[in-house]
Amino acid sequence: MNDVITLAHGSGGRQTSELIAEIFKKNLGNEFFTADDAAVLPRPDGKIAMSTDGFIVSPWNYPGGNIGRLAICGTVNDIACMGAKPLYITCSYVIEEGFPISDLELIVKTMGETAREAGVYIVAGDTKVAGKGQVDKIFITTAGVGIIDDGVATSGRFAKPGDKIIVTGDVGRHGTAILLARDEYGIEADVTSDCAPLWEPVRKVLEVCPEIHVIRDATRGGVGTVLYEIADEAGVGIKINSKEVPVAPEVRGVTGLLGLEPLYLACEGRMVMMCPADKADAVVEALKGTKYTEGAKIIGEVTDTEVGRVVMTTEVGGQTYLPKPGNELLPRIC
Amino acid sequence: MTNFSDTSELRKYLESYDGPAVRIMEVCGTHTHEIFRQGIRKFLSPKINLISGPGCPVCVTPASYIDEAVYLALEKGCTLTTFGDLVRVPGNKQSIQQARAAGGKVKVVYSPIDGEKYAKEHPEEQVVFLSVGFETTTPSDVIAVKNAIRDGIDNFSILTANKTMPGAYNAMAASTDAYLYPGHVHAVIGTQICKDFLAKGVSGTIAGFTGDELLAALAITVKKCSEGKPFFVNAYPRVVTDEGSPAAVALVDKYMQACDAEWRGIGMIPASGVELKEEFAAYDARKKYNIPKMEYEHKTACRCGDVLQGKIKSSDCPLFGKACNPDHPVGACMVSDEGACSAFYMYGGNV
Repeated sequence: MNDVITLAHGSGGRQTSELIAEIFKKNLGNEFFTADDAAVLPRPDGKIAMSTDGFIVSPWNYPGGNIGRLAICGTVNDIACMGAKPLYITCSYVIEEGFPISDLELIVKTMGETAREAGVYIVAGDTKVAGKGQVDKIFITTAGVGIIDDGVATSGRFAKPGDKIIVTGDVGRHGTAILLARDEYGIEADVTSDCAPLWEPVRKVLEVCPEIHVIRDATRGGVGTVLYEIADEAGVGIKINSKEVPVAPEVRGVTGLLGLEPLYLACEGRMVMMCPADKADAVVEALKGTKYTEGAKIIGEVTDTEVGRVVMTTEVGGQTYLPKPGNELLPRIC
Repeated sequence: MTNFSDTSELRKYLESYDGPAVRIMEVCGTHTHEIFRQGIRKFLSPKINLISGPGCPVCVTPASYIDEAVYLALEKGCTLTTFGDLVRVPGNKQSIQQARAAGGKVKVVYSPIDGEKYAKEHPEEQVVFLSVGFETTTPSDVIAVKNAIRDGIDNFSILTANKTMPGAYNAMAASTDAYLYPGHVHAVIGTQICKDFLAKGVSGTIAGFTGDELLAALAITVKKCSEGKPFFVNAYPRVVTDEGSPAAVALVDKYMQACDAEWRGIGMIPASGVELKEEFAAYDARKKYNIPKMEYEHKTACRCGDVLQGKIKSSDCPLFGKACNPDHPVGACMVSDEGACSAFYMYGGNV
């Protein structure tokens, strides 16, 4: 096999078959993985959740993960946010001519490992090759479905005054890791992406609080953007205490130097949850006992005042609005 | 007696202060931003009036400077390298952003040194770095010129609008009872200048940048003001020493000389800027490209000048939050995160 991707790999001929056998099937294969035009799957009971997401992160490889892990986690987490157990995923690749096959294999291997970790089956895929310069190295789109237990219903619209607001770990890691990986600022710091599949923590939360109101993945735009979205969708106010917002010291250091707000930096393994106050401690305990969410914390509450705004108690005890989300700070973070 | 190292005690002191009314001007954009971000203005006693002075380099850059940059990009075909903030500042005709849309070449960099590096890597382009800032950033502008000389390149120059703080302290002294001196500037130029101002009866406190450091500096300033005697306190001694950074000062002195400077909204302040010395004229974009004299500033309803002098609050300007907001800034104070109007708008100065 050639050591770089050529247009022939996307032609549907012999090279395509070789690529599928040697890279995709080898790393992603499972009982449902299909060579036919579509995967045939058992019919589930009850409601299903379905989602899709495209990934164009640059650079594709960064401390704490790569585009493959991101592509699985992104869709797994979107489905988990609806309280659904993710079951099946499809992947579609657009690869730039000349992309090293060893790099592709690393990405696909990571996807296989991440899918097994997340407990989902990759059931179908597609590969296209674009001419040099028509895409930047590799773009991946995943889609997935999951099943929702009876009685579980989450939505940004369901936030209620009095709900406690929980983040599942320290914020801003993914955005900071990408920013540093681009090497444009001349800053070095040891920050790894938080990218992780989060169905297991959600499952634990649903065990103690099946009536939870909101679960949302804080990806692009970070936790701050999620809070403003929910304030708007549910017609509520949001109050947070900045001292309670967990930020890793190395993220604090980098954002301090660059004058950035960690609440607006992307996460890829953090969720914002809103639940009735009397269940908040149980939810935090459940999260703390689960991998990837050990750092969960209550950061504030939903109010019926200051509707549509996020009010923040600052480190010195002042009250300000969290500035509204603005222009995209960094393009192509996910 | 207030414990000046305890956050909640400092806050209580500043909330409940009931002595003579005090006006304090912060002369640093980072202070302005942090004071708003921390919501400090909102719990200050009504007897304490904070004024956001002319300490944001973008905010005090006159429209005529933007016109000069636009001229270089569009008439002379130069590549502009610049800090991102400056791109959105309105000129008399166009912003740099609009000049880019009209075909001008603009590259955002994070340091003047990167501007020089870009010039070295692109010998076919004529590269100009937009050199704005105070004592804290001027040394890196000089290093960029020094590097260009070292690298023997002739396609790099800087368009200077560098300013120096003491001129502003002088010009604004009547608008305030005491200054909150910018810690980073004095980390470079030292404290002698503050002592000279004290001798002229001008008071101030050098402040750090964390919430606690700002509260402590404000409390010290209020207390000293209420005692009625001129004072100077260095409340940021872990960073600011009496002598500052002699190496940085010597570097700037070797390449730059004092000049009069226009401050947006305030006007001409004698000897409040620096420009390259005659022997480095080849690196001075104004001379290299023979830029025609630009008209200083069109009159608009924007009252940035009055905001910078503490005559009005941002929210008193008729344009604030209406015709002028961070997406469509009319005045420069609305452009940069460090600008008084932008910080006021973002953090809800009126919450």
